[in-house]
Amino acid sequence: MTDYQVARRPNTLFRNLNSKIASIPMIVTAMVVFLGGTVWTVFYSFTNSKLLPRTTFVGFDQYERLWASERWIVSIQNLAIFGVFALIFSFVIGFVLAAFMDQKIRLENVFRTIFLYPFALSFIVTGLVWQWLLNPDFGVQHVVRSLGWVGFTFNPLYTQSIVIYGILIAALWQGTGLVMVLMLAGLRGIDEDIWKASRVDGIPMVKTYLLIIIPMMRPVFITTLVIVASGIVKVYDLVVAQTSGGPGIASEVPAKYVYDYMFQAQNLGQGFAASTMMLITISIIIIPWAYLEFGGKKRG
Amino acid sequence: MNIRSLAAALAASVTLSFGAAQATDLEVTHWWTSGGEAAAVAELAKAFNATGNKWVDGAIAGSGGTARPIMVSRITGGDPMGATQFNHGRQAEELVQSGLMQNLDEVAAKGKWKEIIRPASLLASCTIDGHIYCAPVNIHSWQWLWLSNDAFKKAGVDVPKNWDEFVKAAPALEKAGIIPLAVGGQPWQAAGAFDVLMVAIAGKDTFHKVFKDKDAKVAAGPEIAKVFKAADDARRMSKGSNVQDWNQATNLVITGKAGGQIMGDWAQGEFAVAGKVAGKDYTCLPGLGVNPIISTGGDAFYFPKLKDADKSKAQAALAETLLAPATQVAFNLKKGSLPVRGDVDLAAANDCMKKGLDILAKGNVIESTDQLLSADSQKQKEDLFSQFFADPSITPEAAQKKFAEIISKAD
Amino acid sequence: MADQATLNTAGAASAASSGSRSGPSGKRPRPIFSTRNIVLYGTLTLAAIYYLIPLYVMVVTSLKTMPEIRMGNIFSPPVEITFEPWVKAWAQACTGLNCDGLSRGFYNSVRITVPSVIISILIASINGYALANWRFKGMETFFTVLVVGAFIPYQVMIYPIVIVLRELGIYGTLSGLIIVHTIFGMPILTLLFRNYFASLPEELFKAARVDGAGFWNIYFRIMLPMSLPIFVVAMIIQITGIWNDFLFGVVFTRPEYYPMTVQLNNIVNSVQGVKEYNVNMAATILTGLVPLIVYFVSGKLFVRGIAAGAVKG
Repeated sequence: MTDYQVARRPNTLFRNLNSKIASIPMIVTAMVVFLGGTVWTVFYSFTNSKLLPRTTFVGFDQYERLWASERWIVSIQNLAIFGVFALIFSFVIGFVLAAFMDQKIRLENVFRTIFLYPFALSFIVTGLVWQWLLNPDFGVQHVVRSLGWVGFTFNPLYTQSIVIYGILIAALWQGTGLVMVLMLAGLRGIDEDIWKASRVDGIPMVKTYLLIIIPMMRPVFITTLVIVASGIVKVYDLVVAQTSGGPGIASEVPAKYVYDYMFQAQNLGQGFAASTMMLITISIIIIPWAYLEFGGKKRG
Repeated sequence: MNIRSLAAALAASVTLSFGAAQATDLEVTHWWTSGGEAAAVAELAKAFNATGNKWVDGAIAGSGGTARPIMVSRITGGDPMGATQFNHGRQAEELVQSGLMQNLDEVAAKGKWKEIIRPASLLASCTIDGHIYCAPVNIHSWQWLWLSNDAFKKAGVDVPKNWDEFVKAAPALEKAGIIPLAVGGQPWQAAGAFDVLMVAIAGKDTFHKVFKDKDAKVAAGPEIAKVFKAADDARRMSKGSNVQDWNQATNLVITGKAGGQIMGDWAQGEFAVAGKVAGKDYTCLPGLGVNPIISTGGDAFYFPKLKDADKSKAQAALAETLLAPATQVAFNLKKGSLPVRGDVDLAAANDCMKKGLDILAKGNVIESTDQLLSADSQKQKEDLFSQFFADPSITPEAAQKKFAEIISKAD
Repeated sequence: MADQATLNTAGAASAASSGSRSGPSGKRPRPIFSTRNIVLYGTLTLAAIYYLIPLYVMVVTSLKTMPEIRMGNIFSPPVEITFEPWVKAWAQACTGLNCDGLSRGFYNSVRITVPSVIISILIASINGYALANWRFKGMETFFTVLVVGAFIPYQVMIYPIVIVLRELGIYGTLSGLIIVHTIFGMPILTLLFRNYFASLPEELFKAARVDGAGFWNIYFRIMLPMSLPIFVVAMIIQITGIWNDFLFGVVFTRPEYYPMTVQLNNIVNSVQGVKEYNVNMAATILTGLVPLIVYFVSGKLFVRGIAAGAVKG
């Protein structure tokens, strides 16, 4: 009987104990690895660490150099352009494909695998394939010209002003399949009866999607947003494989700046300063949003 | 003491006494992974295995950005390999300063490295605070202009003998639909080409003043302005070479789609694979035919400190083997690079290699920029020149100003 | 979320009236060449062609000989089909001195991927479940940090993690690598599961609680069986990510555990030498086969209808 009473009035530490135990890996990862790693990165961004981390402090020197670097500025601009377009297109294409796939179509498995397969392939070589496809001398431009349209020009990878769109094409090819699958899983999570109800009420299909289904899929959209956005921020391999950041520095991106300066230039301090800037920007955007999103509603 | 423990003690002492002669596994990491490179590594492994030890191969392709963090992590993570390749120069400086690398003074003294290694700058690059920490194995030089004989024939002009003639021949090449100069899109290619132009046009002294003494005034001066003028020519001539990798650019020359390429002696391997013959199908001009000087960058092996005494012994054996005359010949013939010792016979070398050996013997050498500049400064230079070569709106004057700025801050 | 609750009730009401399941667009049989079908299949087919063109180029290239590739048109089918590049990529391509192609690392990739995928998904799904249904104070803070962590470039974390693993004494071991994969998979996966569980009808969870089911009971008996599509997505993300991982595999382990991506990298990224495009393409497709097979097979688990099945069960 006393046992029972103890169990009824637990102190706060033991309330929801199973949940707390289950969350230990998450807490350790978040606090030790990510928070700890971030603090570590910020700390060493104020040093002149070269090949190895060391504690010779140089104040804001690394940051001054970073913001004086034309390459860094170009990288940020590219990321902004690439990010906006990649987000919009991967969501629109991904959702439309998923909605089509959800129409009880034949060969669903085949279509799903076709849209998804690029995700399975290593960027090292898919970048090369796209480099070929977009190459003016033997890719799409060459083929169209040889079909008789001589004036046709499509040369994104070697034109400074549009090179980032050439990378975008390959990025969408690689990534939209995953967005489609996420959306499809979300659609499959929606109660059949919603559809029946909307049909009973005579709501047209497009309207049902826009007004009922999409708002219901909000959590899936959030997940997809984070996956796509974190992929965009970290975009690196694709640029290296397709253009090495060229022509010149026209397709450089921030993550590449970080990697190149950390490991090729052996200037950890500079790389850490750049990644600190990335992390600060992300934190400014994400933390308030995350509190609104994750902190708001209570369940359980 | 009963029989059994006696036997055990005996066995132990036997193991002990034969320990030195037993094969010790030594893991060697490097980034030589292409056909010719792997064949060259096989020569090193063969020679090392002949000493009674065992070479355990740890190849990781993709120099610099890919391989280096892996090697550094292994060493700092407390699980180092037996030996590792770096470009000789300043890449491993800090690992040495942190006391993580093995001192090779003893092996070097025994092998008389100071006398046999030429040029002396190679060993100097391995020396930090008076101690030797690496074993140089080869010399790769940058200062070559590779020309397609076919392309010039097609354009109806003679194959140029130097850079100026090449520039003059450019319009004829263009008329014939040939790209005069192939330059790949990777940043290091543009930066390397500029260094080559600098040695050829401004000469050895200016090169030293800029990269060794980091004299920003010279970098902003009239000599270097001439180099930028030439780089401007090169930029114009390279228009239309829509390729990324250096070997794709070389391939343009091989197939006669481009007139020439400024590239290191490793380009030779590409010509050889395509079955082209030096002198007949292609022409090589060391120092761009203007100033036959070659730089002496290359590869070297470093040896992390290991706790196991047997392994340390094997490390010494490997260092010794790398510099042995027979290894040097076998390795460098396969690799297409030049040996680091002047006293070996390289009769099997082809025409271009012989030209290189000749220049080396005359002592017309400079240190490579890898030896003179930190990786950081090199990277900034790469950023500048890849931008310069890709964007015709940047004037040579503006680029020179930025260049001088990089030099003034260089270390 | 109020919307959802209302709609769920509405849905439940209509479910009571109509017994059988039907698709979102109705159950009436339609003619094969209806406008709807033409638009539907037309769009999907066009999209499929766009997605398949690079694969076509890769396959065609992998079947050509090198001289033919040098000559040519990337779209033209091979004049003379050769399977040499495939054999070479799998069994002969050299990584330094070891000339046994991708096959060398295949087993390592399997023994890295299988435990890493299982452990990371298990942990993340439990995290997500706790976050969605069993909140406690401060949980959101940890979760926010975790989500921000998804944006940290991996390379930045290499050195700190090397130090942590060294101090734990598991640097260079397989378990060290599995932990690293679990850590870096956690932000996205936790988010994935949290949001999916949060979007499930709340009534299910409440009903189970009323029946007296506890934390683990609800997870294994109710949440797990209802969440197959999202487990498939998680599996797709993890298998692809871990199978294709090169950096962690090579930085945090010793050579005897190197995954096949190390060989792939070595085949593809040979800096000074001849690029064998046909072998590169074959090697890429071969490396991608395992995730591809998983994608195709897992399709069966991608079944419709969580709510319908769960409410009935």
